[in-house]
Amino acid sequence: MGLVLFYIAGAVTLFGAIGVVTTRNVVYGALFLLVSLAGVAGAFVLLYAEFLALVQVLIYGGGITVVILFALMLTRTAEYEGPGENRRWPLAAAVSIALFSLLAFAFVSDAGRYNSATRSAIDVEELGRVLFEQWALPFEIVSIVLIVALIGAVVIGRAGPEEDEPEPGPGGAAR
Amino acid sequence: MTLVHFELLSAALFSLGVYGVLARRSAVMILMAVELMLNAVNVNLVAFAAFRDIPVATGQVIAIFVITIAAAEVGLALAIIMRLFRSRGSVNVDEIDLMKG
Repeated sequence: MGLVLFYIAGAVTLFGAIGVVTTRNVVYGALFLLVSLAGVAGAFVLLYAEFLALVQVLIYGGGITVVILFALMLTRTAEYEGPGENRRWPLAAAVSIALFSLLAFAFVSDAGRYNSATRSAIDVEELGRVLFEQWALPFEIVSIVLIVALIGAVVIGRAGPEEDEPEPGPGGAAR
Repeated sequence: MTLVHFELLSAALFSLGVYGVLARRSAVMILMAVELMLNAVNVNLVAFAAFRDIPVATGQVIAIFVITIAAAEVGLALAIIMRLFRSRGSVNVDEIDLMKG
């Protein structure tokens, strides 16, 4: 039963991921990303990490995908109509397949050592306690990183007074 | 359902992300492929914490940090992409060569 659920979650994840890297339509790409992230949330549930599954759906589904869709709508250009891959895509595919083969070989040849099927779980209360006691300092640092990134995004994204219009072309002054 | 199942899922997801980063032309699509890679790492972290003899909370807490950093990264990257689009009229990474010297 658990194995069947795992295969379903894995199939959804990989289907979405293949869609993200192959589709021509960028909006479909964002929706495929949502499918893939939902599959990952399913894998988290199978690992008894229900809080992470919840966070995954909230942050990725509710936040990141929506922001990416915003950016896609605001940067819509004719170049989205062309092929989605550059000329080096066969090389990229070769690198990707080689990497997967290497990782799969390492994992499968190592599988005999850890073939236990028992999963240890932790409830949300215990997770929160560990997060705020043992990991309190990294937690605070991450919150500083978030606020710095937020301010940086506002500063970078704001239009300067002189660049409301696009430059004449790729040869235009680099400013 | 053992650890190796989740490892293989994570490896496949990561490899697809690598392909997307190397092969896609649009900067936004590359950003999505990076998200796939980050999720592959998260699956691995949580799976190792659940199956191995290490504190379960460690893997999950680090996964939470990864998700946080991913959110910050997406915000910053999209701001940079919007800025590039305004000044260059393109989000094709092959045409963005300002730092070529």
